[in-house]
Amino acid sequence: MAEQVWRPQGRTRRSTRTVRVRACVAVMAVIVPAVLLVPPLAQLDQQAVDLAAKLQPPSWEHPFGTDDVGRDLLLRCVYGLRVSLFVGLVAALVATVIGTAVGAAAGALGGWTDRVAMRAVDTLSSVPHLLLGIFVVAVFRPGVWPVVASVAVTHWLSTARIVRAEVMSLRGRAYVDAAVSGGASRWRVAVRHLVPGVLPQAGLAAVLMIPHAMWHESALSFLGLGLPAHQASLGNLVQTARGSLLAGDWWPTFFPGLLLILPTLAIAGLAGAWRDRLNPRRRSELTL
Amino acid sequence: MLELDDITAGYDRRAPAVRGAHLSLYPGESLGLLGPSGCGKSTLARVAALLHRPDRGTVTLDGRTVTGFFHRAPRSLRTAVGVVFQQPRLAADPRLRLRDLVAEPLRATGRRTEAGPRVAELAERVGLGADLLSRRPHEVSDGQLQRACLARALVLRPRWLVCDEMTAMLDASTTAALVAVVEDYRAETGAGLLAVGHDPVLLDRWCGRTVHWNEIVKH
Repeated sequence: MAEQVWRPQGRTRRSTRTVRVRACVAVMAVIVPAVLLVPPLAQLDQQAVDLAAKLQPPSWEHPFGTDDVGRDLLLRCVYGLRVSLFVGLVAALVATVIGTAVGAAAGALGGWTDRVAMRAVDTLSSVPHLLLGIFVVAVFRPGVWPVVASVAVTHWLSTARIVRAEVMSLRGRAYVDAAVSGGASRWRVAVRHLVPGVLPQAGLAAVLMIPHAMWHESALSFLGLGLPAHQASLGNLVQTARGSLLAGDWWPTFFPGLLLILPTLAIAGLAGAWRDRLNPRRRSELTL
Repeated sequence: MLELDDITAGYDRRAPAVRGAHLSLYPGESLGLLGPSGCGKSTLARVAALLHRPDRGTVTLDGRTVTGFFHRAPRSLRTAVGVVFQQPRLAADPRLRLRDLVAEPLRATGRRTEAGPRVAELAERVGLGADLLSRRPHEVSDGQLQRACLARALVLRPRWLVCDEMTAMLDASTTAALVAVVEDYRAETGAGLLAVGHDPVLLDRWCGRTVHWNEIVKH
């Protein structure tokens, strides 16, 4: 009779969480080098029109097919993803900086500062994000920076709330009392003891915001209010391909859509894993 | 002189934790305040350390009537009172190494240059080895952390010390060591001490005068 060997469960069976995290890492490992390296290294013109090869389905020559003027969709998608990721990253960063500053000030100072700041946050969040975003881009000429501004202005609110709540809970700790007793000013307490305590949460909020910001950018571009139409962005690609979808050509909308969904899920999945490490008790909730 | 007159304080105006407490402490004196758990001793200790604004009553410190508390108290008054809290885990910022923890009040008051020698001197005094100074709070024991917290309370050479159940979490030998550090400091500087606790044996042996909570509050 064979001797039974005890094995820790992790050896034989990986948890679904590990598999999910690895899938997210794999997606990002393909996408990030692609958007960073392909545009500068490949000497290909994403705007190259080839009317003889218009609306070709996916093939070896054009893996994602071609659009209605014969431009290679794989190349267009990589360029579009580059813009979307850039907007997502920068907007999430700006929104996090604004949100952390406002939230930390409101939480640390309390009183009237807190009341005024939080009512402002409530008022802004009562306006639909997309409407406010459209208002912001409408003020400027179409381009990348107005889109970044529009996304940042509408997305710092949740970070401000998270940071404020966290700072308020830290403010009551005895080590803040000890710091005040040791002569620390309000500014010193905030910078030395409160903000470092909320940075992990703020960082997590920033990463979770990248997918939001990418979708927001795509929505604006899809509505024709984001990037100028000639510039490839995932929203623009879907928007210009709408007509061919009715004609039965699925690839011009499918691949930009896929490239919007995959990275956002991957980023959200990685952020979820990070959140689980920060706070293992709240494992089950959906991350998006 | 540190004088608390008719202090009513708490966290809810309708149900104050302390009602009409009187307490006076002379320079160089050591006063033990005894009381059962939850009677409001710690709140009164926070008021005495200017960390909590009383709803009623006045605090007089070295002849000055205190009008602002917590951040609103002038820095010179706040730093005149050193505080040691009951639970060192809560009273130490988890991100600071013990060296920075002890030096923090010096940095906060713009005396950064004194930090090095002063921290070394205090570490030796409270019995913290040099290797412990580069550790973070989660890497040391409660007793070691409380030693660091006592060093932090002494680093600005306060004229008054408030020890709020400083030894409640500690074993007998650490308790004896920390009490000895406080007594040495008092003998050297003539600082006044308010020791709050619920162990009558300890407070009787430690302090020159011991009052019970019932004697200082109005009934």
